[in-house]
Amino acid sequence: MGQVFRRIAARDEILAAGLAADLNGSFERLVLAYQDRLYGFALRLAGNRQDAEDITQDAFVRAYHALQAYPAARRRALAVRPWLYRIALNLSRNRRRGKRPPIASLDPEGEGAGPDVPDVDVGRLPEPAFDRAELRRALAALVGALPPRYRVPVILRHVQGIAYREIASILGLPIGTVKGNVHRGLRLLEEDLARQHDITSGRRGDRAQAGRVMHR
Amino acid sequence: MTRPEFLGRDSRARQGGVARLLRDLGDARAPGTIFPAVLERLGLGDAYGRLDTPIGPVFVAYNAHGVSAVRPGGSAKEFEAAFRTRFGRPIRRAGGLPAALAGRLGRAFRGTGRPSVHFDLRSVSEFERAVLRKALSIPRGEVRPYGWIAREIGRPAAARAVGTALARNPIPLLIPCHRVVRNDGRVGGYLFGPEFKRRVLADEGVDVEALEARAHAGTQYYGSDTTRIYCFPTCRNARRISPAHRVSFRSAAEARGAGYRPCAVCRPSLAS
Repeated sequence: MGQVFRRIAARDEILAAGLAADLNGSFERLVLAYQDRLYGFALRLAGNRQDAEDITQDAFVRAYHALQAYPAARRRALAVRPWLYRIALNLSRNRRRGKRPPIASLDPEGEGAGPDVPDVDVGRLPEPAFDRAELRRALAALVGALPPRYRVPVILRHVQGIAYREIASILGLPIGTVKGNVHRGLRLLEEDLARQHDITSGRRGDRAQAGRVMHR
Repeated sequence: MTRPEFLGRDSRARQGGVARLLRDLGDARAPGTIFPAVLERLGLGDAYGRLDTPIGPVFVAYNAHGVSAVRPGGSAKEFEAAFRTRFGRPIRRAGGLPAALAGRLGRAFRGTGRPSVHFDLRSVSEFERAVLRKALSIPRGEVRPYGWIAREIGRPAAARAVGTALARNPIPLLIPCHRVVRNDGRVGGYLFGPEFKRRVLADEGVDVEALEARAHAGTQYYGSDTTRIYCFPTCRNARRISPAHRVSFRSAAEARGAGYRPCAVCRPSLAS
């Protein structure tokens, strides 16, 4: 893990140096390096592909304009990754204002038809009613239904795999608060999943309702 | 009814299971539309248009850095396909070329006024860039051999690599790789065929037949017996020599042996 982070840090340093020296020439590389991660983040924040794509596009456009205004020294010193996440997060928050809080749908259209990873770590799932793809969809919906306070740090920590220290800097919160919110979010998810599993096993075919377990 | 393993009794273990499942949600692939859309919105993407030039219709691609690709003739579809293959970037057709660019390109293709077109040469190597820059210095209506470029950029043994670099010129015609000919003086090959090369050179005012005749006769340089200076035959100084005072040389050594010194404009060999 540490090695991966060091590699990313080294890559980001090169990116930042490029952005400082030649913004127009280097910006393409920034987009290529981060579009998958930002889109993945936005998809979990927004809950649907269209909004996720809009947020990702807007984030890069906003990042470019910000970089244009920064002096070269500031661009060179930029911590690229948390900075980009912060921009995407702000965009998704602004976008949500005036909209109803999204109750992530279980509509399979909203979900990436991601590659089917062989069941290794999850192990035996004897219930045919609850296979891995369904589990994935159900979990995505539950993540979307978490209150933002928990949802955002859970996504950053466990979906995006970002270290607590960096999450704290993205969110502008003390690291202890972040850890607490991540744990609380995970516990909520775990309870929801268990509850949903019980509902599903008891009353098959009523998954839409199961997906709408809300937190007060 | 058995519960899946990760929903076991131990809360800590269950949370671990949920965390593992969450990791799976992170493998999203950004749709292919994001990259071109972002570049487009920032004016960093490539667009292209068609331009009528003295040698026929030409497709020209450009972006915030300058002109990125040129290709004569063919269809728009072929141009787009060739662009994507070469650069791996998206490209869109512009309604029309921006007026300022169209004006500059028109002057560049007609060879009038000072050349003022910027080029996007990010995709070529440093060596290739040096070769293309050198080719850019060859005046319209003149030609230079591959070996001259190799020597001028300080790589005298790399004449063959110079040929390869010119064949990869992403911006032919505007960067005049067609003005570079074989060391023996023959016109030589070209990206779009030797016939096209002759046509472009002739259009620029090069007497292609005379070029070939000199190659056949083995004449590499012309000297003036009044100035005692020798030049490439297409150099503007060589063209001013009246036939009565013109001396032919088969090599730089022969010219120097006869007491001639190289022209400072076309630099037929390093000044000694």
